[in-house]
Amino acid sequence: MPHSQQSGYIVCPHCDALYVQHTPEFGERAVCTRCRTVLIAPRKNAFIRILALSVTNLILVIAALFLPFLQISRAGFHNETSVMDAVLAFSDGPLFVLSLAVGALIVLVPMMRMILTLYVLGPMVAGRAPARGAAKAFRLFEALKPWSMAEIFVLGCGVALVKVSALAQVHLGSAFWMMGVLVLVVLLQDNMMCRWSVWNALEKRS
Amino acid sequence: MSDHPHIPSARSRGMLACTRCGAVWSIEAEGEKCGRCGHTLHSRDTKSVQKVWAWWFAGVMAYIPANLEPMLKTRTLVMESEATIVEGAFELIHHGDIPVALIILIASVGIPVAKFAAIAYLAFSVTRQAKMSSHRRQHLYELVEYIGRWSMIDVFVVAILSALVQLNAAAQISPGPAALTFALSVIFTMLSAQSFDSRMIWDTDTAPTDPSKKEAPLERH
Ligand SMILES: [Zn+2]
Ligand SMILES: [Zn+2]
Repeated sequence: MPHSQQSGYIVCPHCDALYVQHTPEFGERAVCTRCRTVLIAPRKNAFIRILALSVTNLILVIAALFLPFLQISRAGFHNETSVMDAVLAFSDGPLFVLSLAVGALIVLVPMMRMILTLYVLGPMVAGRAPARGAAKAFRLFEALKPWSMAEIFVLGCGVALVKVSALAQVHLGSAFWMMGVLVLVVLLQDNMMCRWSVWNALEKRS
Repeated sequence: MSDHPHIPSARSRGMLACTRCGAVWSIEAEGEKCGRCGHTLHSRDTKSVQKVWAWWFAGVMAYIPANLEPMLKTRTLVMESEATIVEGAFELIHHGDIPVALIILIASVGIPVAKFAAIAYLAFSVTRQAKMSSHRRQHLYELVEYIGRWSMIDVFVVAILSALVQLNAAAQISPGPAALTFALSVIFTMLSAQSFDSRMIWDTDTAPTDPSKKEAPLERH
């Protein structure tokens, strides 16, 4: 790299405002005065907490995958559906690409993001140098953020419930509650995650 | 005119920041790979407006059939029906379920159309004089980015209903072709919004000038 990094500055990614960098204390936040984007928000023991939440998350996703989240009955007929069934809803016929997309958005991408956090933060929590390709892994983690849609799926269950209630009796299954907890865990984790701190740690330890 | 003329942009001080990892480099690094994360560095993504428009047109092209074709096919003992998004909402109004019908109309018609309009306005606003202030445009952009993903809810509802309502003769629901075109429209619109380089909203300084010593302190909260 022929150019050297300009240390001591921080630039707002949304509006390009340039600031002299002051690292805030734990619990404090550095905010762009122009567009209000949070630039730095360090949390105490953030990495180990994020890791714990990732493991919780993975367990919840895998468990919720095959358990029923909605059950329905009408005129003696009965049916229940798991997340896997919803993913495979489009699997026969020309709409199968949609099955792939739904599976990716509600299962694969969220799971992959959790695995990426384990890969990036795991060695650092253990006090070791970052794993090979950790920078690339974290970049991918960030890029995948808008494509992780588990929480939208959970709200979709609610809408489906209302729509079907005219047609048949519906009950919520155990997986619905698991997915609900999962949404909270993801929110908590996003709140913990300070991108600046992770990049800083990756740079210092490599 | 900028609302905060005292805050210098990185570009005006001869620097640029990596949009992925935030590392700050000299502006001469334009077009090279970021030494920290490997992302290509651009002070301003000059091709971004073209990318925004390309995905925008793809999104609109997918949105038209999404409204003309059926989203859901319902079959019960007494009837068989195919409904587009709007027809489905009107059916709900017929049953007296007006709040749910309104939610569906807003989520699948109001929000997508507003999103197309907002992205088009933002893309226009950086190439010509904009009436709306930088602040409000930034908020509009953040709103579009935040809400964009939620339109996918329609597709998930169709998936859930099709998997759930399989009660042999009593009732059956299957997805229609609009589920696919609607999903594509949402994905293209998300890509369109993501392609937009929001730093251009704030550009009132035209060209990079000499790096100066004047710096703004960082506000603490
Ligand atoms: Zn800013
Ligand atoms: Zn970078």
